[in-house]
Amino acid sequence: MQSTWDGVVADWSADKETFAMPWGKLMMWIFLLGDTFIFGIFLIGYMAVRMSAVEPWPDTEAIFTMTMFGHEFPLLLIAIMTFILITSSGTMAMAVNYGYRGDKRKAVMFMGLTALLGATFLGMQVFEWYQLIVHYDIRPWGNPHGASQFGAVFFMVTGFHGLHVLGGVILLIVMAIRVHRGLYDKKGYAVVEITGLYWHFVDLVWVFIFAFFYLL
Amino acid sequence: MTTETHHTPPISLFLKVWGLLFVLSFFSYLVEYIGIEGFWRWTLVLFFMVLKAWVILRVFMHVKWERLSLQLLLGLPTLVIFVLVAISAIEGNYIHNLRLEFFFR
Repeated sequence: MQSTWDGVVADWSADKETFAMPWGKLMMWIFLLGDTFIFGIFLIGYMAVRMSAVEPWPDTEAIFTMTMFGHEFPLLLIAIMTFILITSSGTMAMAVNYGYRGDKRKAVMFMGLTALLGATFLGMQVFEWYQLIVHYDIRPWGNPHGASQFGAVFFMVTGFHGLHVLGGVILLIVMAIRVHRGLYDKKGYAVVEITGLYWHFVDLVWVFIFAFFYLL
Repeated sequence: MTTETHHTPPISLFLKVWGLLFVLSFFSYLVEYIGIEGFWRWTLVLFFMVLKAWVILRVFMHVKWERLSLQLLLGLPTLVIFVLVAISAIEGNYIHNLRLEFFFR
């Protein structure tokens, strides 16, 4: 019987490797699967802590509001950070695309641009943390705006995500230099896609953080 | 089956998806800006979130063009997370009630 499952059965039962792809790509996918569980557990922990909190949860709308041109914008900084990260995901996708087309110069250029946007995102996150700590007096052990658990969860999850962005920026710079120096000219540019997978994952996690920490 | 077909989708597709992500992010920001509350806030925000995640995963991370074996490797274990979501929600609710019972009576 011919069905969609034939491919799966053949992949797993044939006398060969199951996943036909560069080993680095498979390892990156497995690493990302593990990372999904780490972030998943963090977010579920956040849910449990927020559900069990007796004091009201701090109103993120009030904390993250910015005033510009005499008008109040809720979550303006966070919205800009989100757009920057999405843009960096777009440039990364372009880098991967140009890598597979064999256009080394453009691939390196877009990788550099992605790293730059990632660094911008980090800079804005540092500014956000500074505001929360200095102006809103939020600490991991308590804050004047409501449930004391807010600081602990917020700093842990956004901090862990920020570390991932930092790692991604370093990885991008290193890989851009290596591609530029021609280390992958013979092997092919699968390495650009592998770096891209990691970067898109960082963006993916931010989609969830943006919704759960700021909007809801 | 071993032939690794490498799809190099046209750049225009990525630009379209990029634009879609911008629009979806803008919509979820609009929910905040307009100040929709309650049930519709949760529904809309979660809807835009899932759609964005889906598009990033399928197109930007090329999962759409991968073999079903890899898609299952990524998808099936991730589904199990929802078991933990359910358990933690029950537990969180229980602890919340305990706290109300013992500290606020």
